[in-house]
Amino acid sequence: MKLDPATIERLKEKIAVYREFLKNWLEPSNLARLRPKLEFQAGVLAGSALIASVLLGVTNCSTEGTIQRRLDEDLKKSLEEVVPAALYDNDMLLDTMNIPSTEFNIGANETTVYIAKKSGNISAVCFKFTAPDGYSGAINMIIGIDRDGNILGVRVLSHKETPGLGDKIEVAKSDWILSFVGRSLDNLAPAKWAVKKDGGEFDQFAGATITPRKSVQAIYRGLQLFKAHQEQLINP
Amino acid sequence: MFISETYRKIAADGIWNNNIVFGQNLALCPLLAVTGTATNGLGMGLATLVVIIASNGLISVARHLIPGEIRIPIFVLLIAALVTLVDILMNAWAHELYKVLGLFIALIVTNCALLGRAEAFASKQPVKHALWDGLMMGLGFTLVLVALGAAREISASGMLFANASLLLGESFRFLEVTVIPDYKGFLLMALPPGGFIMLAFLIVGKRLIDQKFAQKKVPVTVLTTAIAGEES
Repeated sequence: MKLDPATIERLKEKIAVYREFLKNWLEPSNLARLRPKLEFQAGVLAGSALIASVLLGVTNCSTEGTIQRRLDEDLKKSLEEVVPAALYDNDMLLDTMNIPSTEFNIGANETTVYIAKKSGNISAVCFKFTAPDGYSGAINMIIGIDRDGNILGVRVLSHKETPGLGDKIEVAKSDWILSFVGRSLDNLAPAKWAVKKDGGEFDQFAGATITPRKSVQAIYRGLQLFKAHQEQLINP
Repeated sequence: MFISETYRKIAADGIWNNNIVFGQNLALCPLLAVTGTATNGLGMGLATLVVIIASNGLISVARHLIPGEIRIPIFVLLIAALVTLVDILMNAWAHELYKVLGLFIALIVTNCALLGRAEAFASKQPVKHALWDGLMMGLGFTLVLVALGAAREISASGMLFANASLLLGESFRFLEVTVIPDYKGFLLMALPPGGFIMLAFLIVGKRLIDQKFAQKKVPVTVLTTAIAGEES
């Protein structure tokens, strides 16, 4: 579309008029006159709420995809930690199955299981779970289990346990969490799924018994969840 | 560089005399929550610095538009919106940093110092002064956070700036030092009570320094009272 010079001139004049008006309106003396008025106050409050919500809405919509991608990358990294790379060649984020988990008390009513496949055959599964009863809040973990029910790896994703005592459940602080590798419900009796203080197999920490105790119990419940759905998961 | 008297006064105010923590006793919630280590303190400080400059600037720009009767809801609205914006943008574009700082960003909303600066300074001052004040108040706050974090970290674990490379990048790994080798650890200092105890020591230290200066030359106290008078 092409505008003739006369139209452009007219538009320019109009804009100049508007600018003049806005400039006068924004003069501190004019605003000082307006400020005590109720309509003006309501308008300013509504205006700032509108601007704030539009700004947040636009930002949220434009970054939603990016944030989701970042979260997927994070999840992928955690999955890679608990399932050895040799066991899968698929994208575990796309191969998922939801199973009900209310009765196992692992923090969620439904658990998303990520399925590892090697040349199309299911080799292992992996899911996030929670010990809801840690010493100071929930302990979020992720576990990888091979198709026979042996633990491939467990990692703590986030927790609020006491720094210096309870945080030895992190792999960065101690190798305690590695003592679960290779364990299964078959090669360790139910009574042994406890810390040594309770007659079990796993170490507690000096000064922190509750954190490892609750972690062991949650891992045990996680394995039970796998066992309950083993057939459905590995032979779909 | 030439800095006029006003700017110098704002700077002295923000960093020392009327420091958010030492002078105004504000922002204790985020302060005590994150200063377990110097690195966390630095992260919280930088995040707060950015938001307080932005909120001061924004409120100063709009100061003639905001009627006195409804200023508080508008300040709260603006600050909350700003914090959320920073939170979303960092999550998307600086995700690694966000994983370290994410917790602190949301905590900035609970920082009453932002509202305090908006109310006491930005809403009455020209934009340039407000931005400068935000910068200086933010720096002052960062300084206290790092000092408190360092003091707690050294006494709790004998280390300094642990995990700084996660926050600032690999090139800052040199900051991570073990101050006391073979330290057995003093857990209390890493826990919330340690924050209160250490903060008390730091405030005492600041008062002692102030006292010494006051004895040396009188004008310092005059300046402080003049500023305090202006604030109220």
